[in-house]
Amino acid sequence: MSSSTPLLAVDELSVAFHRRGAGETRAVDGVSFTLEEGRVTGLVGESGCGKSVTSLALMGLLPDRGVEVGGSAVMRLPEGEVDLLRLSRRRLRDLRGSQLAMIFQDPLSSLNPVVPIGRQVTEILKRHRGMRGSAARKEAADLLYRVGIPDPTRRLNEYPHQLSGGMRQRALIAMAVACKPRLMIADEPTTALDVTIQAQILELLKDLVTEEGTALLMITHDLGVVAGLCDDINVLYAGRAVETAPRRPLFADPTHPYTVGLLGSVPRLDAPRGEPLTPVRGSVNDNIAWTDGCAFAPRCDHYTMECLQGPPPLVRTGDGTHIHRCVNPIDHADVVDQTVLESPAVVGEDEEERE
Amino acid sequence: MLRFIVRRLLQLIPTLGGLSILLFVWLQRLPGGPEYALLPDDATDEQRQALRRSLGLDEPLMVQYLSFLRRILQGDLGTSLQTSRPVMDEFFLRFPATFELGVTAMIIAVTIGLPLGYLAARKRGGVLDFAAVGGSLLGICTPVFFLAFILKVVFAEGLGLFPSAFRLSPGLGRTDITGFFVLDGVMTREWDVVWDALAHLILPGLALASIPLAVITRMTRASVLEVMGEDYVRTANAKGLHRTTVRTRHVLRNALLPVVTAMGLLAGSLFAGAVLTESVFAFPGIGSFVYVATQERDYPVLTGFILLIATMYVFINLLVDISYSLLDPRVRAQ
Repeated sequence: MSSSTPLLAVDELSVAFHRRGAGETRAVDGVSFTLEEGRVTGLVGESGCGKSVTSLALMGLLPDRGVEVGGSAVMRLPEGEVDLLRLSRRRLRDLRGSQLAMIFQDPLSSLNPVVPIGRQVTEILKRHRGMRGSAARKEAADLLYRVGIPDPTRRLNEYPHQLSGGMRQRALIAMAVACKPRLMIADEPTTALDVTIQAQILELLKDLVTEEGTALLMITHDLGVVAGLCDDINVLYAGRAVETAPRRPLFADPTHPYTVGLLGSVPRLDAPRGEPLTPVRGSVNDNIAWTDGCAFAPRCDHYTMECLQGPPPLVRTGDGTHIHRCVNPIDHADVVDQTVLESPAVVGEDEEERE
Repeated sequence: MLRFIVRRLLQLIPTLGGLSILLFVWLQRLPGGPEYALLPDDATDEQRQALRRSLGLDEPLMVQYLSFLRRILQGDLGTSLQTSRPVMDEFFLRFPATFELGVTAMIIAVTIGLPLGYLAARKRGGVLDFAAVGGSLLGICTPVFFLAFILKVVFAEGLGLFPSAFRLSPGLGRTDITGFFVLDGVMTREWDVVWDALAHLILPGLALASIPLAVITRMTRASVLEVMGEDYVRTANAKGLHRTTVRTRHVLRNALLPVVTAMGLLAGSLFAGAVLTESVFAFPGIGSFVYVATQERDYPVLTGFILLIATMYVFINLLVDISYSLLDPRVRAQ
């Protein structure tokens, strides 16, 4: 930890969507976590657990109408602390791209198809760093080079469809790091890429965090990515963090049955051929509301009647950094061993595709 | 780019060839040949046969088609049965008027339709959106000739704001250079002619613009709405770009692509719409000439008109394809 106050402190973030006729959907329901400079924090969970909505809420990119955002997200800036959720839209636009940056999931659809790559990089340099003309182009080429795009000067004039998938993601990362943001959010940045490119992109992100001291919020469902990259991990379920811990305790000693289930469902290279995977049974559709009890209870192998007595409280274990939200925590998980932790990003398959 | 254009031009040959066959077959199948239109009702069968022979209508179909094709390729569309002058000459004489009218209609449709559609999308569900969607529905549903009549009755004959007929007020002298009145007026600095010609173009232009205006408004609205939800617009916002940059470079630039295609098709269809509009406003263009030709069964003129529309369509489409490839780099690559 570089300072006594964290770079970003998200406290009880909630996002509810109101749709006419359909009532309210709580996508994020009281998520709290902190981000530190030079550290990677993971938000892990299956589809629909609220991880992407969390990132969009922090960036202020949710639609204006029909959305209710609650809680706070206090960010430390040179000029003082600000709550990202309460900033004026104009102020937020100034921060986005310069202090806060985001890398999106699908690099092809996230790039404008009719604008050359160079222009898409220089426009952010013009906006936040006041650079113009050839200086901006030169800086853009330097940025592309830094993220590992060969022959960057030629690439500046090319369009997204002329680049490969990995190259496009690198270009998006170049745009994200263009103004040396203090905080970067990566929303499943490797999902659309093949495994070898995934590893390269993760390596690049890791280097950027180490060199620039950026805080990285890594959103993923891929436990291989988490094991290889994240320092701190928040496991989300149905819009709430069910377990929060640094990497080692989380993998070695997971306490929440959902975390254990996730870890148990990771395909293993050393498992015998043809051995079936162990999925978390049921689907998110089986959830109950957090107000009635633990949302995961209907899918949990360890649930008791206590699980249905209102929302389970937060419990701190160990040195206080390992937090879970479960009334029947698992004491010692012999389900997983250290090999998952040691292996690099080996998980190519989507965890959630098997639901 | 040059190769692209040459390739597209070569593709025109089979298109127009196929069209000529369709047109020829269609002409063969029409009931009541020209011998009924040209000769008085009490003419004998022998007289009709003689006329068919003199027009070459008794030859085998293949021979007729080949001579039909040869004449078209030589720019000979036959002789108008109404005026006994070459159809080509009649078209050339009237083309500037119709072209001027079509351009006016297109300018009206684009300058109103694009901003209206864009604003409707931005203020989705608002009063303007409601008005734009409702208005364009009305524009598509209203027959052009009916709208032309209403405009003429209200604004020309009722309020007297605009002239009700012709291209120029009677008695106004002008120097003819190209046959395009507005263009000639600007070139010779006869500003009174320019204003007068423009005033004559407004009402028929509005009537003719109604359908393209409605279509462009709706398409722009739909396209902008779609693009606003695209990932790259979210990326642009995530970069903190100014709202105007996001809206112009990222939203509009992409949203206009399908609208450009539609504009090409609409511009082609204007010629067909001109037939009704011009006849209502006694506008001396190709449209009103063709309107009379339909009543007189003036087949050479009708054939020529269909060929002209088809050729315009094909060339406008070529222009659309070229501008499309300039706007969208993905098309260029193919």
